[in-house]
Amino acid sequence: MTLDQMYQEEIMDRYRNPSNKGVIEKADIYVKEYNSFCGDLIEMYLKLNPDGKISGVKFNGNGCAISQAAADMLADEIKGKSLGYAGSIDEGKMKEMLGIPLGPIRIKCALLALKALKIGVQRYIVKK
Amino acid sequence: MLEKLKLKTFDAEEIRKDFPILERRVNGKQLVYLDSAATSQKPRQVIEAEKAYYSEYNANIHRGVHKLSQEATEAYEGVREKVLRLINAREKEEIIYTRGTTEAINIVTGSVLLNSLQKGDEIVLTVMEHHSNLVPWLAMKKRGIDVKFVDINDDGTLKMEQFEVLITKKTRIVAVSCASNLLGTINDARKIAKIAHENDALALLDAAQAVPHMPVDVKAMDCDFLAFSGHKMLGPTGTGILYGKRYLLEEMEPVQFGGDMIKEVHLTHATWNDLPWKFEAGTPNIAGVIGLGVAIDYLQKIGLSNIRMHEKQLIAYALKTLKEIKGIRIFGPMDPEIRGGVISFNLADVHPHDLATVLDYEGIAVRSGHHCAMPLTERLGETATTRASFYIYNTEEEIDRLVEALEKARKVFGV
Ligand SMILES: Cc1ncc(COP(=O)(O)O)c(C=O)c1O
Repeated sequence: MTLDQMYQEEIMDRYRNPSNKGVIEKADIYVKEYNSFCGDLIEMYLKLNPDGKISGVKFNGNGCAISQAAADMLADEIKGKSLGYAGSIDEGKMKEMLGIPLGPIRIKCALLALKALKIGVQRYIVKK
Repeated sequence: MLEKLKLKTFDAEEIRKDFPILERRVNGKQLVYLDSAATSQKPRQVIEAEKAYYSEYNANIHRGVHKLSQEATEAYEGVREKVLRLINAREKEEIIYTRGTTEAINIVTGSVLLNSLQKGDEIVLTVMEHHSNLVPWLAMKKRGIDVKFVDINDDGTLKMEQFEVLITKKTRIVAVSCASNLLGTINDARKIAKIAHENDALALLDAAQAVPHMPVDVKAMDCDFLAFSGHKMLGPTGTGILYGKRYLLEEMEPVQFGGDMIKEVHLTHATWNDLPWKFEAGTPNIAGVIGLGVAIDYLQKIGLSNIRMHEKQLIAYALKTLKEIKGIRIFGPMDPEIRGGVISFNLADVHPHDLATVLDYEGIAVRSGHHCAMPLTERLGETATTRASFYIYNTEEEIDRLVEALEKARKVFGV
């Protein structure tokens, strides 16, 4: 993989102009998670419809291009879907969405948002 | 004689020939290793010493009367003398082998904790400490012991005047790094130890970034404890040293218990071994320690003053050339006299991981993140930084490659 492939247009676009960055006041699900390797922080906000569909998703925090782009993609992926679907997304799916091979260290950047999402969904289900 | 003549002038190119890994290519480029503050590379002499132990006299130490065990014990114990001379300690009993700086500091905190610290006692640290000289002390807060922090100036030097205020009769221990692994700042450890002693407090120095890079003299600094890592000074991973003044080590309780650290064991009680073995429970990293001995020989042959001079030249060159890059923010003192071979920076709003990835594509190994100093990173107002660190085998040409790669990163990220 070349550098251009790694920092391809979609990644850079989402990093520079993410469509899902921000906060949701009174979110139904809120999670704050750190990447222990670098200290980067991500916050995930989810708003749910009465029927359990995800009506709004935002992420916040600062991180590298890979972690930010991954968070933005993930938000697009689960918007309008069920909580069950959000909870079912696994590492394989996340890697597929990103479409770039990542080593054992950078993969943690890519999976940070997913990790936060999973914690949030889990907590919400347990509470219900 | 020829050997001597060659070593008179510092020759990084000659030194490089001893490091097989430096011939490696990464992503099609010649490797430029600028991450020695994390761990140094190892010369073939060290690699061969470990190999020789395993292939010629591998045996457990202190236990067998057989030939191999005798040879292994002799080689292993012989390294204490080399460490003693390296840091100018008084006695071999003051030299304790550990897994690294982290374990060395934990022996002190673990033992002091059990012994004598009480509610209301205070510890003084600085905001530039590595987590290994911070988290073990924070663990003491549970017992009502207060931890105070000396701040830094904008240029990355310590606010020395704060030591005079924060260190009081309540202070039991002052624990400070000799040199910062992020800012590169070389601290006035001798003065800090003096202020500690004037207030009847003990001084512990984290010398992980000092012993590999400059002459260190525990008698001159008059520190009570000194901790450092073998793997940052050409030695194998899993090696390190705790130096402690004998009377303190005698008083301290061991932190790990088991074989080797005992004198006699009964079903009702046990007594501890003499120093230094009291603190060395179980089979240690024998091959590693033997390798560390060879690493010390290697460093002393070059001379720690020469190493410091070489690194001073490199950091001066790096500061001068990196400063010219548009959008760069360099942290720490700009004066090479008080700065080790470490340069941390950020480039515009490019995240350090992205920057490090671009550099990796150019074959350049740097570290990105908080460098195990989250409070300091936060104090600098950053979430992470990129760090290049130098050692005996680095050259100005490599710094040129770093600068070129940073210019390339500016293009990739459009900054
Ligand atoms: C200043 C400083 N202190 C402590 C450490 C910890 O050393 P180790 O990981 O070998 O225990 C390091 C290196 O990581 C360091 O740079």
